Amino acid sequence: MRYELSETQLLLQKSAREFLASECPMTEVRRIAETPTAHDPQLWKKMAAQGWTGMIFSEEFGGMGLGLVEMAVIFEQMGRFLLPGPFHSTVTLAGPILEATGARTLVETISQGTALATVALVEETAELHPAVWQTRATESAQGWRIRGRKLFVPDAAVADWVVCAAQREGELALFLLKSDAGQLADLKSMDLTRRLYAVEWEDAPAELLARGQAAHMALEHALNVATVALVAEMVGGMQWILESTVSYAKTRKQFDRPIGQFQAVQHMCADMLLWTESSRSALYYAAYALQERLPDAATAVSVAKVYAADAYRETGNRGIQIHGGMGFTWENDLHLYYRRAKACESLLGDNRHHRERIARHVLNGSDSASGSEQKGNGWLSK
Amino acid sequence: MDLSLTPQQQAFREELRAWLAQNVPLAQPRSARETMQERFERLRCWQRRLYEAGWAGVAWPKEYGGRGASLIEQVLFLEEMARAQAPPLANTLGLALIGPTIIHSGTEEQKQRFLPKILSAEEIWCQGFSEPNAGSDVAALRTSAILEGDHFVVDGHKVWTSYGWAADWCALVVRTDPSRPKHQGLTYLLVDMRSPGVQVRPLRQMTGESEFAEVFFHQVRVPVGNVLGEVNAGWEVAIRTLMHERATLGATLTVVYRRSFDRLVELAKERRRNGKPLAEDPVIRQKLAQAYTELEIFRLNQMRAVSRASSSGTPGPEGSILKIFWSEYNQRFQQLAQEILGPHAMLEESSPEALDSGAWAYGYLRARGNTIEAGTSEIQRNIIGHFVLGLPKSY
Ligand SMILES: Cc1cc2nc3c(=O)[nH]c(=O)nc-3n(C[C@H](O)[C@H](O)[C@H](O)COP(=O)(O)OP(=O)(O)OC[C@H]3O[C@@H](n4cnc5c(N)ncnc54)[C@H](O)[C@@H]3O)c2cc1C
Repeated sequence: MRYELSETQLLLQKSAREFLASECPMTEVRRIAETPTAHDPQLWKKMAAQGWTGMIFSEEFGGMGLGLVEMAVIFEQMGRFLLPGPFHSTVTLAGPILEATGARTLVETISQGTALATVALVEETAELHPAVWQTRATESAQGWRIRGRKLFVPDAAVADWVVCAAQREGELALFLLKSDAGQLADLKSMDLTRRLYAVEWEDAPAELLARGQAAHMALEHALNVATVALVAEMVGGMQWILESTVSYAKTRKQFDRPIGQFQAVQHMCADMLLWTESSRSALYYAAYALQERLPDAATAVSVAKVYAADAYRETGNRGIQIHGGMGFTWENDLHLYYRRAKACESLLGDNRHHRERIARHVLNGSDSASGSEQKGNGWLSK
Repeated sequence: MDLSLTPQQQAFREELRAWLAQNVPLAQPRSARETMQERFERLRCWQRRLYEAGWAGVAWPKEYGGRGASLIEQVLFLEEMARAQAPPLANTLGLALIGPTIIHSGTEEQKQRFLPKILSAEEIWCQGFSEPNAGSDVAALRTSAILEGDHFVVDGHKVWTSYGWAADWCALVVRTDPSRPKHQGLTYLLVDMRSPGVQVRPLRQMTGESEFAEVFFHQVRVPVGNVLGEVNAGWEVAIRTLMHERATLGATLTVVYRRSFDRLVELAKERRRNGKPLAEDPVIRQKLAQAYTELEIFRLNQMRAVSRASSSGTPGPEGSILKIFWSEYNQRFQQLAQEILGPHAMLEESSPEALDSGAWAYGYLRARGNTIEAGTSEIQRNIIGHFVLGLPKSY
């Protein structure tokens, strides 16, 4: 047994870190965050040249075929550098659905870095539960038409394609739409590095990707993968807050000594480390369990998401507190991470949602994971 | 112990209640988007109305425009304001910290000159204590003042100055004798912000707006008549301001916090999840009940502290209890609101889907400042440990 990264994984980590340090330093993050879509096509091209846009897709779909642990390694670095834009939504949310439903050409263009895609799920009540989604698909002589309004759709203004979950004759179905088929409104999320949108369609033409059980399975799979990637970003973000705060505590002086000498400050730093390392344990177990299809994989994903959501927020709270008035300014980068932490906490199922999944596993004994998809302890069951 | 009101106190309350019923401005529509400056002007007009009707400065002496009542009436005033959903007053720092310090330490001339205009909001005050290298250790401040004839000449740099952009006057602590130990060479000056050499530069907060500022002083001439207390005895005066800051600033917040709490309850009844109103969810009910419990204890702590202060004068170090309580309560409350309201609550002001024009996203971010401003939670706990509990000083 080896519960740590291998030599090759460490090399991957190092190269991701070096790439991001040179291509996506904080000055770039701030610049990109201020553009209307928080997306930089130049940076995207460079990431595609690294093969990152195809990292988790199989080689037959033009990807690199990396495992989910490797994916987590790279996303941890992305979170640490606060990579802005649609990478997460395209590669870990839309990509896995498209791959699972056999949309080969589209996955190939995503891998090559020439197409962006996103996924539209929740609606008015923000619940990640298909029974409350009102968006409808109807079939006509010209093909499928979609009508409805989705909220919290990531990066919709830069995506070329939108995967949309809709009701079709009382069952869940997944459709593919051109992004310009709908009306967009920027929702002004607190997270300045990742835009969220409302998207509305009135009888927009769409292509059916999957329905019924197949649609459920594809969506469950994508949500698990995307959540692991998100948790990896969260761990990277915590690590950044921890390191920059500890270094501040060593240099900032009050009462003629470094503030890190005060036990109150030291204890807050120690808590930040405890939360970060604990989140990391949960992250790598979830990535591994999902990759290896262990029976408790889905629960492991929820455990990681719930813990990391609280941990990222609390680490941010302590980080700002230790920076004092400085930590409360716009100039300081902490708030950019703090805003990201709040968005991560709310997206892909909030803590209520994930605790409920864990509770079902623990209390109802319904085993989850790969099993979840069959036995109904998935993301989407009530 | 007797919580019943005297006949005078009852009469006071009835009169106030009647006045508020006639005069409280209509609530701003929740969709209203005001700039910080517009909001400030609105509160300033409101304070002026209260002043003209004799309600500003309930516990301040009559000769300076107050009502000359006791602190108990002051508490009744705040409770009635909360009950009537009245907006808060504009001149926060003047009313809560600087005015009371002038009442205690000012000369007769200073009291007549400054106090009525604090009450009427004609002159807005800011507090120039913190510097880039003197925050928690504020007594290490370096802004200097050198006596030249009948003026002090001030040079230095203050930071995080709340209301710096709006202020007409500044309560400024400066170093007048660098050769003495750090607490003994300080002086408390009342400085006209329009003096030549004062420069205010807005400082952007993590919320996006610039509620505080940096203030630069370059060869600013301040008449010696504007020293509050004695030269080189400014620390004692500053401590008085800080004691008021810890103890009474929170009192005005009860009004604001109660309004947010009521609004969250309202939203929990309106909004639905799982096909049911949020307010029917047992977990949410528990959490709202807990928040109410804390809000109520905050109010009761405040009442007890006021009652104690009205028999003893200035609030003591136990004011730190109040400061810790309100700041940490608000952080818990804002997080709770985010949990209950879901992702809509993280949308900012100009969003088409934001709740209450982004007030919840703003409230969540703004709350981070609560445990830093007016002395950090760590410093408040140091004060309780050492000055209240008598534990050995830890540094
Ligand atoms: C929103 C806001 C408004 C403000 N308004 C004003 C204003 O109007 N006027 C004004 O003068 N100032 C104002 N301030 C400044 C505020 O008073 C200071 O930020 C605060 O006192 C902390 O000082 P600092 O920022 O230098 O942090 P530091 O003193 O550098 O503290 C950094 C960290 O070290 C900890 N620390 C420091 N010393 C100790 C110790 N002995 N034991 C344990 N921990 C310690 C602190 O708790 C904090 O976590 C405001 C600040 C904010 C955030």
